[in-house]
Amino acid sequence: MEKRIRVLVAKPGLDGHDRGAKVVARALRDAGFEVVYTGLRQTPEQIAEAALQEDVNVIAMSILSGAHPHLFPKVVDLVRKNGMDDVLIIGGGVIPETDIPALKEAGVSEVFTPGTPTGSIVDFIKANVK
Amino acid sequence: MSNEKIQAGLDKYNASVEKVVSRFPERPNLPEQRLYTPLDIKDTTYDEIGFPGMYPYTRGVQPTMYRGRFWTMRMYAGFSTAAESNKRYRYLIESGATGLSCAFDLPTQIGYDSDDSIAEGEVGKVGVAIDSLADMEILFDQIDLGKVSTSMTINAPASVLLAMYIAVAEKQGVAADQLKGTIQNDILKEYAARGTYIFPPRPSMRLITNIFEYCSKNVPKWNTISISGYHIREAGSTASQEIAFTIADGIAYCEAAIKAGLHIDDFAGRLSFFWNAHNNVLEEVAKFRASRRVWAKVMKERFHAEKPKSMMLRVHTQTAGSMLTAQQPNNNIVRVALQTAAAVMGGTQSLHTNSRDEALALPTEESVMIALRTQQIVACESGLADVIDPLAGSYYVEALTNKIEAEAWEYINKIDEIGGAVAAIEKGYIQKEIQDSAYKWQMDVESGAKTIVGVNKFQIEEEPPKGLLKVDASVGVAQCERLAAMKAKRDNAAVKASLTDLKAACQDENENLMPHILNAVRVYATLGEICGVMREVFGEYEAHVNL
Amino acid sequence: MDIVEELLKGNRLALSRAITAIENEYDDAVEIMKKLYPHTGHAFVLGITGPPGAGKSTLTDKLAKAYRAQGKTVGIIAIDPTSPFTGGAILGDRIRMNGLTMDEGVFIRSMGTRGSLGGLSHKTADAIKAMDAFGKDVIFVETVGVGQSEVDIVKAADTTMVVLIPGMGDDIQAIKAGILEIGDVFTINKADHDGADKLVRELNMMLDLDAHSEQMTQNSTEKALADQFHHLNVAKHAAGAAWRPPIQKVIASQNEGVAETIENIEKHFKYISENGILQQRRTERSKNEMLDVLHNNIGTYITRRLADTGELEEYVGQIKRRETDPYTVVADIMRDMLKE
Ligand code: B12
Ligand SMILES: Nc1nc2c(ncn2[C@@H]2O[C@H](COP(=O)(O)OP(=O)(O)O)[C@@H](O)[C@H]2O)c(=O)[nH]1
Ligand SMILES: [Mg+2]
Repeated sequence: MEKRIRVLVAKPGLDGHDRGAKVVARALRDAGFEVVYTGLRQTPEQIAEAALQEDVNVIAMSILSGAHPHLFPKVVDLVRKNGMDDVLIIGGGVIPETDIPALKEAGVSEVFTPGTPTGSIVDFIKANVK
Repeated sequence: MSNEKIQAGLDKYNASVEKVVSRFPERPNLPEQRLYTPLDIKDTTYDEIGFPGMYPYTRGVQPTMYRGRFWTMRMYAGFSTAAESNKRYRYLIESGATGLSCAFDLPTQIGYDSDDSIAEGEVGKVGVAIDSLADMEILFDQIDLGKVSTSMTINAPASVLLAMYIAVAEKQGVAADQLKGTIQNDILKEYAARGTYIFPPRPSMRLITNIFEYCSKNVPKWNTISISGYHIREAGSTASQEIAFTIADGIAYCEAAIKAGLHIDDFAGRLSFFWNAHNNVLEEVAKFRASRRVWAKVMKERFHAEKPKSMMLRVHTQTAGSMLTAQQPNNNIVRVALQTAAAVMGGTQSLHTNSRDEALALPTEESVMIALRTQQIVACESGLADVIDPLAGSYYVEALTNKIEAEAWEYINKIDEIGGAVAAIEKGYIQKEIQDSAYKWQMDVESGAKTIVGVNKFQIEEEPPKGLLKVDASVGVAQCERLAAMKAKRDNAAVKASLTDLKAACQDENENLMPHILNAVRVYATLGEICGVMREVFGEYEAHVNL
Repeated sequence: MDIVEELLKGNRLALSRAITAIENEYDDAVEIMKKLYPHTGHAFVLGITGPPGAGKSTLTDKLAKAYRAQGKTVGIIAIDPTSPFTGGAILGDRIRMNGLTMDEGVFIRSMGTRGSLGGLSHKTADAIKAMDAFGKDVIFVETVGVGQSEVDIVKAADTTMVVLIPGMGDDIQAIKAGILEIGDVFTINKADHDGADKLVRELNMMLDLDAHSEQMTQNSTEKALADQFHHLNVAKHAAGAAWRPPIQKVIASQNEGVAETIENIEKHFKYISENGILQQRRTERSKNEMLDVLHNNIGTYITRRLADTGELEEYVGQIKRRETDPYTVVADIMRDMLKE
């Protein structure tokens, strides 16, 4: 049995924009990944715990409500605290370019903004997953 | 020309076209039929089209439409604090906007106060933060609620925000029966497409019918609900799905109200709708026309409404944000102009136009101005508003109107079979249909079957956008401080009593909650406290996701 | 991290990593299983099966909460279908159990079938053992729920619960043979929908009929299934007092009927414990486990050898040209191997 890439697609915070997250989740499934989708209104703690129990290779968070500066780094912290040093953490949504350097600094490997073809998300994951 | 003659002509044309096409193939991914003729609408009687202001309202709900007065130009706005948003509202009114439209932040929409830990990082970000009547007073400071018409995008806690609005008006000396405006109050599409739900369907439907009943007696000019297709479309649905799912929701609300003992003609006239104006101009015009016809038939044939007002689908429209791109944002100005044209030719009663920075951030003042000017240019310069329902009689538009109507009925019947909109949502059926359409759209864009200028064609290297609106995290801190100060000042015993009273009312199914909520609001009970009591009694909704 | 040591100490990440190793057949997987094995055999394993959308995940969520209220720790393994075309899967059960995520006494793991057809994944049994060794008191296994072929669960579980819903129309006819054999306990979920009572009546009738098993094996599918069960050699009934599967109406989404369901589950567990069936089942499970590993290893070993020597290709060619047949070939291979 070869290794399968497992991804947690997560919606942190109160944001209800789920069109993008669901589209991305399906695209990842069609690329051969195993995808767990959390649904809306997840706290950073819930996301980190779900990632641990599912032992995912990738945590893919979607935020379109502007709460990313607060929530993305919080998830990264909790995940690392849990000892999951090797999990790839990426994000997407409506995220101003000027915010991206700080997110990367905080440990988000890549941020995908509107207009991104899902194929490039798949490629990024394949190239960077450990 | 007789139909036979037209058919003969068409055959001849088709034969000649075949030759042309074999030499010069047509572009891929086009609608199958290239030309429409009288044959396409030969079964359409003029009864189906009719006259403006008359059943089945295909051509519009008012007899003179925009010849009397333009649609209401209503710009959706709200961010940061009440004071900041109040400034934006007054700017909009000065710029010629004819109605207000309030956007609340997510904690407010989900019934949490700004100091709730769950609200951390979200306060004031995507709308204005309202914790109590104190904030609402600031929000409408120096705005005469007796004159302005205000739309509020608020759903699960709609009763609370409406109560706050009534209470502010009281303080301004404006009686409730003078208030004009709309609360969205459409919980079903929150479950299906928008996500700011709190309570399960049953208590939610009760709150909605309580509002219907209360307003029919006390706030008669208020639109008690805006049954919304906009969000369904933005979540990815097709045009037909947008109107079908929304009308199915409308049917569910009517059934709930009738079950609660109301008479259809006592509340149906205050129902309003909310459509999306997408890029495909002619399809959109046809959608607006079809939707009015379907609703008129639903009201007349299914609910046996008698008042004409009950049969009229009055609609607010917003241009499609999801069609606006982060790439080359100025192109969005052109898209919005086309969408505006569609909404106007479709006969909307009210319109919000999105700004060019839609896909980047909340709009700046300058961008909002362009968006508002777009409406004003279409209104005053384009001629589109001068003649009523100008596209009627177009073979294509009439055929498309018929087609969208037929597709909508098919969905409505299917939802009836499932047991109505509530059951269809609880089964995840509507969500799944929307998701499938959204995924198909995405794949079509990625394969190039659909072209989006600047995204998958005509791309350029761009500098990162500058001068975007940003809501600072300090807004949340300041808001929490204000909230704490307010709580220290208010009569806490009165608050406690009002909440105890509200809880008892919640537990009695036959009680209308509106007066109880009003009492609580008046003594400055917070939104979070009021919704907290309701959460305790009603529980919380669990989403139905099937990917 | 020493996965086994940490797992036995109660480290959740270690449990998670162990399941991954098992699922992906990492090199250390067998070693891990060897070391965990002595610590297994304590958990009660409940299988939950039934058609997709019946409410298995929703009910699992509620059952888990109820067991937690009794102070028991819970493990949940939820299986969803893997696409045979892309190998991808949406693992959608967890979303119904979000309320359990922050409970330290609950561990949920979603798995794709990854090509397995029996309603579980090939590695479910080992994942159960990992949770068992971790110290979970109760382990729920939610199957894919695609219908007749959900027989693996019976092998893996102590008690198997079948979840059905009203309004399935003739489906119940189609699956009745399969589900009647499988179910130790029946749950009619979505009792808020029309037809629940009718379904209970029909099911009661069928279960009563089941006593006369000759009537149950009229058509070939049913016969095949019955044979399959015989082959599985699963102990269903004690020699003496027979177990008549109870039926409970439930509204999982409203947490109604859940306590009664647990009572049924516990009654069944008591029954199989007292009648020696549990021991018999667990013996069979041990046998199956061993045979599975045996078949697997021998199969893999022989296949690899044949491939390495080039014999595999040669045999295939001969069979294709009809110079020989698969039966003769395998008999020859076996003879050669055994000689060695
Ligand atoms: C559609 C939409 C809605 C729909 C949402 C429907 C739904 N179920 O998703 C509706 C109409 C309901 C809606 C409502 C609101 N919206 Co809105 N909405 C949009 C809109 C127009 C498009 C978003 C979209 O779905 N695009 C299509 C999908 C496929 O693209 P996407 O999500 O961007 O995803 C792509 C990439 O970003 C990336 N991606 C996204 N997520 C992830 C995750 C991972 C892990 C990865 C790898 C990649 C990735 O890959 C995807 C594929 O390319 C945007 C503006 C815009 N054009 O982007 C505003 C926008 C996001 N909304 C906005 C606002 C303010 C709201 C409201 C809060 C308004 C209010 N006050 O009530 C409400 C509340 C909604 C809620 N509950 O949270 C603002 C947010 C402002 C900000 N962040 O600063 C925006 C930017 C519009 C604006 N400029 O004002 N909205
Ligand atoms: N009406 C009703 N819906 C239920 C009930 N139990 C579960 N559901 C819903 O049925 C759908 C499928 O449930 P799920 O647990 O995912 O089913 P599974 O595929 O068998 O795991 C979800 O939308 C649930 O909320 C119930 O008792 N009544
Ligand atoms: Mg399930």
